[in-house]
Amino acid sequence: MFDNVNLQQLIFGRFTIDQIPYHEPILIGTFAGVAVVGLAVLATITYFRFWGPLWRDWVTSIDHKKIGIMYCIFAMVMLLRGFADALMMRAQQSVAFGDEQGFLPPHHYDQIFTAHGMIMIFFVAMPFVTGLMNFAVPLQIGARDVAFPFLNNFSFWMTVSGGMLVMASLFVGEFSRATWLAYPPLSGAAMSPGVGVDYYIWALQIAGVGTTLSGINLIATIVKMRAPGLTMMKLPIFVWSSLCTNILIVAAFPILTAVLVLLSLDRYLGMHFFTNDLGGNSMLYFNLIWIWGHPEVYILILPAFGVFSEITSTFCGKRLFGYTSMVYALVVITILAYLVWLHHFFTMGSGADVNSFFGITTMIISIPTGAKIFNWMFTMYRGRIRFEVPMMWVVAFIVTFVIGGMTGVLLAVPPADFVLHNSLFLIAHFHNVIIGGVLFGMFAGVTFWFPKAFGFKLDEFWGKMALYLWVSGFYLAFMPLYVLGLMGVTRRMQHFDDPSLQPWFIAAAMGALLIAGGIGCQIIMFVVSIRRREALRDHTGDPWGGRTLEWSTSSPPPDYNFAFTPMVHDSDAWWDMKARGFSPPRSGYRPIHMPKNTATGAILAGLSFACGFAMVWYVWWLAALSFVAIIGVSIFHTFNYDREYYIPAETVAREEAKRMRELELA
Amino acid sequence: MAPLAALSPLLTLMGGCNLVVLQPAGFIAEQQRNLVLASTGLMLLIIVPVIACTLFFAWHFRATNEKAVYDPDWHHSTQLEVLIWTAPLLIIIALGALTWIGTHTLDPFRPLTRLDAKRELPANVEPLQVEAIAMDWKWLFLYPQYGIATVNELAVPVDRPVTFKITATDVMNTFYVPTLAGMIYAMPGMETKLHAVVNRSVEAEGRSAHYSGGGFSNMFFKFRGVADKDFDAWVAKAKADGADLNQDAYLKLSEPTESEPARFYKSYAEGLYGKIIGLCTRPGQMCVSEMMAIDARGGQSGPEGEENYKRLQYDNHFARSGDEAPGATGPASGTGAHSQTQPQGMRPRPDMGNPDSRERKPDTTPPGPGSQPDVGGGKPGGNEVAPKQISQ
Repeated sequence: MFDNVNLQQLIFGRFTIDQIPYHEPILIGTFAGVAVVGLAVLATITYFRFWGPLWRDWVTSIDHKKIGIMYCIFAMVMLLRGFADALMMRAQQSVAFGDEQGFLPPHHYDQIFTAHGMIMIFFVAMPFVTGLMNFAVPLQIGARDVAFPFLNNFSFWMTVSGGMLVMASLFVGEFSRATWLAYPPLSGAAMSPGVGVDYYIWALQIAGVGTTLSGINLIATIVKMRAPGLTMMKLPIFVWSSLCTNILIVAAFPILTAVLVLLSLDRYLGMHFFTNDLGGNSMLYFNLIWIWGHPEVYILILPAFGVFSEITSTFCGKRLFGYTSMVYALVVITILAYLVWLHHFFTMGSGADVNSFFGITTMIISIPTGAKIFNWMFTMYRGRIRFEVPMMWVVAFIVTFVIGGMTGVLLAVPPADFVLHNSLFLIAHFHNVIIGGVLFGMFAGVTFWFPKAFGFKLDEFWGKMALYLWVSGFYLAFMPLYVLGLMGVTRRMQHFDDPSLQPWFIAAAMGALLIAGGIGCQIIMFVVSIRRREALRDHTGDPWGGRTLEWSTSSPPPDYNFAFTPMVHDSDAWWDMKARGFSPPRSGYRPIHMPKNTATGAILAGLSFACGFAMVWYVWWLAALSFVAIIGVSIFHTFNYDREYYIPAETVAREEAKRMRELELA
Repeated sequence: MAPLAALSPLLTLMGGCNLVVLQPAGFIAEQQRNLVLASTGLMLLIIVPVIACTLFFAWHFRATNEKAVYDPDWHHSTQLEVLIWTAPLLIIIALGALTWIGTHTLDPFRPLTRLDAKRELPANVEPLQVEAIAMDWKWLFLYPQYGIATVNELAVPVDRPVTFKITATDVMNTFYVPTLAGMIYAMPGMETKLHAVVNRSVEAEGRSAHYSGGGFSNMFFKFRGVADKDFDAWVAKAKADGADLNQDAYLKLSEPTESEPARFYKSYAEGLYGKIIGLCTRPGQMCVSEMMAIDARGGQSGPEGEENYKRLQYDNHFARSGDEAPGATGPASGTGAHSQTQPQGMRPRPDMGNPDSRERKPDTTPPGPGSQPDVGGGKPGGNEVAPKQISQ
């Protein structure tokens, strides 16, 4: 039995030194860049003696505000990676015509489009959304933290751990080439025997744990921890949209987990759920992945809708038009999100009855979505609109999103989908809604809540430059793709024979460059704002004339958020308090009960990374060891009874006195 | 079709480029185009006012415009609420009706009833049968009525309905000829159908639109709509010049290659299409239908069952033949990640060696009991039973 034990395989699994892509110039360059930047960051941290604070105040922090901020930073870092992939694709497609093969062979190009899609959805859009919800929801409902603070920290580090696994695939082995949803049989063991699909699976499984748990956490927070008087129909719309999103997460992500487990069983244990042979059927996978995948679309867009609602009413200085119909629209979208998944594969050949059912349910979603657009429009009507950067994103969003919505409904007509499916028209459509909806929403949200998080506004000039470049870049990059789709050009092409298509692709590449300029401006915006922070300082805690509770506390809010839990009488609680001449109490502070920091979340996530990495490379001993360690650490953590403390009344009094001085300064 | 008329200036404007989806040669694609335009027109009825109002409100109610009405507490209007829910609803009702009718009349599985907008289908016309098979990375077309087969070239006579039966050998693909009709998936072990007709002579490109691995970008074929007599000449030419697509030739063809030139076969092994759908083109393999028949009798255990199990491993034919799977790199194939080694079946890049240096080893799998020595041999169900078939 032990005749053919190979020591190297026993220790390193299927890892060999050849798996380091040291002969690939692009990757070596990337690696060198990452190494230089990484070393610079480490050196800076060491120089400023920031390691201690970093560990104590951030890594182990269970403060929802800091976790929210870390989610957003993680999303922005991953956006750079995902966008680098996008630039390479645009560059390849703008040169690879006729005899010219471009600079990316299919082997590399296919990894890039797979990584681009997967990273942008799971490690850019998702963390952005979760980050904003984490930051704003407890503040908006007058809570001091989320319902399960430790779980929140754990969720964040699991998401990061999944993202790191994807990044590791750049330098150790390779990434999946089986597209961002890893359709079998192509993603099965027979057709994709390398480590790529395994990286994909384990990255998603690890990040998925984080997403699901943070969904549970936020639902519990919204349902159980609202301030007194804050009934459901008085919740800020962003909280409502978060509630709907998290319900979708909790109901949908287990399906993704399950379908990826089935795929791993196919790949690791030779089972036959989705293979061609022995009765497997890949159509099952298509259905399962999209039963998760379509709600995922709404998981991303609903919080963006929430952000737009908050911003519109704030900057119009006016109550949100049609609050009740906004709420019903959200709930209807949540329910319908589960009834439309088949529209992603009309062309699989379901019958006309099935196709038209799913086509029509998809169109029905556009009714509540349309109602929301009208509500924002009528919020602007008779408002007094201050065009600061967040509001400009709202206008850019409405105009862009209705175009994306229109092409989406067009694709929901099955016979139209037959000619447009898998074409660049489809690519243009979903970028139109994801960039024009989700990303614009996240950028608006970041600009909107940044002064709350850090106490100073973001620089307006660079914010506007970023907006102009992003918006014009988006149109230049994706409008040509609509036209190409109508020319019958399909997606995921590494090379084209027809040179007459080239001008369109060059235009699209120019658009991508404009977007790169937009991202550059955003980086400059952060740097400039940090340097000019004293000039941009906000002493009031309410820089925009806000309407909801987060603006009633200081910026940045103290650890405990609110010295006294607010009483709510109106849906625009803070607006109402201001109108009634609210002044914060200046005495009577009591000790505040708060959760304690813990390193368990980061440790568990580190172990999960090791476990996932070991599973990818078949290093069974490490996988077993790290798995046992995960269980061990989790059990050990349950015996940690030292998880809470009281902020003394004197500290609260001191903090609040500082706040009063700030208010007088303002 | 009022919306169509409204859009026509736009179409002229873009006439410079070849918008094949908007100017197709086939009746089905033409109706799909009409549906695209009609739906777009219907939606523009609401999209244009929304964009216009948004921009107008944003401009008119700007903070610097002191003359604009400011009503910070105005947040409800029953009339407006009714309007904003019913206006989209009415559009969707109209669009839903269009969708229901369009989806049923343009269902790819539904036989044609008309040749084009003006002409009914003549009673005596027999549709052309084509069996389209997506392989790694090329298209094989069988013409059962003529006994010929082609690779990467599909010719059909003008104004004669065509019935496509579509499948794939190992991964999913999409059969898509934009000028003829919309796309439909080609899936291994399963059959989809497409009914279409081409109304004028045309030379166009058809391709797979569903990513299927490394050679995907070069997986296209020439589509030709030709007059009846030209079609007969085309068939005659295939008969005269083509080789025979027998068992060996088919197995050779099924290896991964890309950018295959058009190729013609004067004949092909009997029952080939059924074997492809049954995933049993290799000697010794058990067809899916046979497995289903055994399962229907309650299955089989013991040594015979084990033997059957071996004969049902389809996907691993890459491994057994010594060829590299389309996705192979990394440990399984012995090549390094991001390696410069040319994977089998890829178009040779100038900086690389001869891709044919990795010779395919002859298949040495012993035929299992009850296997047929050639492709043409009978099997339960034969050509008619397409296992795991999707049909109406």
